[in-house]
Amino acid sequence: MAQITVENLGKIYRIAARDPGLAGAFRGLFRRRHREIVALDQVSFSLEKGELLGFIGPNGAGKSTTIKILSGILRPSSGRCEVGGLVPWEQRVQHVARIGVVFGQRTQLWWDLPVVESFELLRDIYRVDAVRFAKTLERLVDMLKIAPILDTPLRQLSLGQRMRAEIAAALLHQPQVLFLDEPTIGLDAVSKLALREFVKELNRNEGVTVLLTTHDMHDIEALAKRVIIIGHGKVLRDSSFEAMRNEVLGERRLIVDFAGDVGDVAVEGAQVRARDGRTVEFAFDRASTAVHALIARIAAAHEVEDMRVEDPKIEEVIARFYAMHGAVDA
Amino acid sequence: MSTLALPYLAILRARFVLMLQYRAAAFAGFVTQCWWGVIKVMVLAAFYAGHPHQPITLAQAITYTWLGQGLLGLLPWNADPEISEAVESGNIAYERLRPVDTHSLWFARAIAQKAGGTALRILPMFIAAAVVLPLIGLGEWSWRMPATADAAALFAVSITLALLLSSAFVVLLNVAVTALKTRRAANIAATLVNPLSGMIIPLALAPTWAQGFLFWQPFAGLVDIPYRIYFGNLAGAAALEGIAAQVLWVALFMLAGRWWLADVWARVDTQGS
Repeated sequence: MAQITVENLGKIYRIAARDPGLAGAFRGLFRRRHREIVALDQVSFSLEKGELLGFIGPNGAGKSTTIKILSGILRPSSGRCEVGGLVPWEQRVQHVARIGVVFGQRTQLWWDLPVVESFELLRDIYRVDAVRFAKTLERLVDMLKIAPILDTPLRQLSLGQRMRAEIAAALLHQPQVLFLDEPTIGLDAVSKLALREFVKELNRNEGVTVLLTTHDMHDIEALAKRVIIIGHGKVLRDSSFEAMRNEVLGERRLIVDFAGDVGDVAVEGAQVRARDGRTVEFAFDRASTAVHALIARIAAAHEVEDMRVEDPKIEEVIARFYAMHGAVDA
Repeated sequence: MSTLALPYLAILRARFVLMLQYRAAAFAGFVTQCWWGVIKVMVLAAFYAGHPHQPITLAQAITYTWLGQGLLGLLPWNADPEISEAVESGNIAYERLRPVDTHSLWFARAIAQKAGGTALRILPMFIAAAVVLPLIGLGEWSWRMPATADAAALFAVSITLALLLSSAFVVLLNVAVTALKTRRAANIAATLVNPLSGMIIPLALAPTWAQGFLFWQPFAGLVDIPYRIYFGNLAGAAALEGIAAQVLWVALFMLAGRWWLADVWARVDTQGS
């Protein structure tokens, strides 16, 4: 049985609205108007134990709302979902004891307390056995390299250090499922790499199911085998990362460094995309043009110094996907 | 330690220790409270000089004042600042991620905050008003001992109930702040608490026709009831009646807080990040 099942989940936010200007403000005193915003619309998916799923979509697409419902913070307006057999918002206390959550823009540690004291407080709040806690903590401190910051109050940590502490905090009670909502937001390149490595390891070695939302396509590329693209509250695509890339872009790039000054480099089966001195970028469709034939044609016509074949960048893939579905930033 | 209570006791302990660290704030508070105490005592003395026949004596009213200055930290003037901040920053969502009953957690935190803040201030005030004043020949203006051993025992019960009452009210304010999404929702507290608890003037000095209402409204249990038990103005059946009023309001605040919080969580919409 799937560990997480989501069926036809819907969420509608009611937002107070008023007409512009002073007159509008006065009218608002007597009669409140509400605008309804559909944040989630018939979202369904399921996740097996040990899977690592990436959730991507523009701002306002419904990523965070999904995580908030799955973690028991919000009630959906319609539909149902179960995590490990529990309905998050109905069996909240039981449910949250079995999950770990990190919101990249929030903190769950105590601002004034040294990190280790926050951890001890969480140990008591989650009723973790002292021996088990010591073992888990030792392992997390080792994996996340947070030994030097344990005695430091949270407010004195850098963002990268803080995020590592946050992730450790979310794992102290050894949850079966980990929700990460934009965990790499604002981190520098090194911290991002370290974080991805840790999440990968956690998923692979400990079998923790991970559901991660992100804006950073490199997170998805590095971590997720499976991707759900969400836009306007709807699931636009649910597939493997590779399949998605292949489907959206059959196009590939051939980049050629010519040996000397070449004039016209036009070649059958490919278009010139960009040209910078002796370096020319060709675009071709891999279904209709075989790469070896293309290379042979170019090499026969001109002297070539170097060449390489590239896939389009992941940002491009996603941008095209949004454009296809009209799911721009909401 | 029972595992059932473990999370709440842990929060209580952590918060209490944190409160004890605010030494500078406690010292500044102490100086201010001495100053206000002196002013209040002078105002009372002037009032009694013109109207000597009152339900409580001047000595009792002075003891009332010093007790009030020492126990000022017990009053629920505001919601838990940590909750207010979490509401305004959006961190409040994390409260839902703890595998504990949120109302109980907030209650434990409020108790620690009120008790911690008071623990630091009561001793210096006692030394100043109950020990130093008599030593320098101002015994007439000092903080007197409880009327009897019975009064002392009943006061211990009643002041504990005042702590619970204050904490239950703080949780209610927390819920109001969460429901209305602004810390200003708790601004009404001081307006209610100051006059109705007896902190401004002892409730016994109010007109006779108001006494019934003043006794049974919730905030008398914070100041007026325990203090009058302390100096024996409420004794025997009257003291027990006062304690009953406190128990009643603790129960009502708790029930109201639980009901309202459940309602708020059911409707909470934290759209955006």
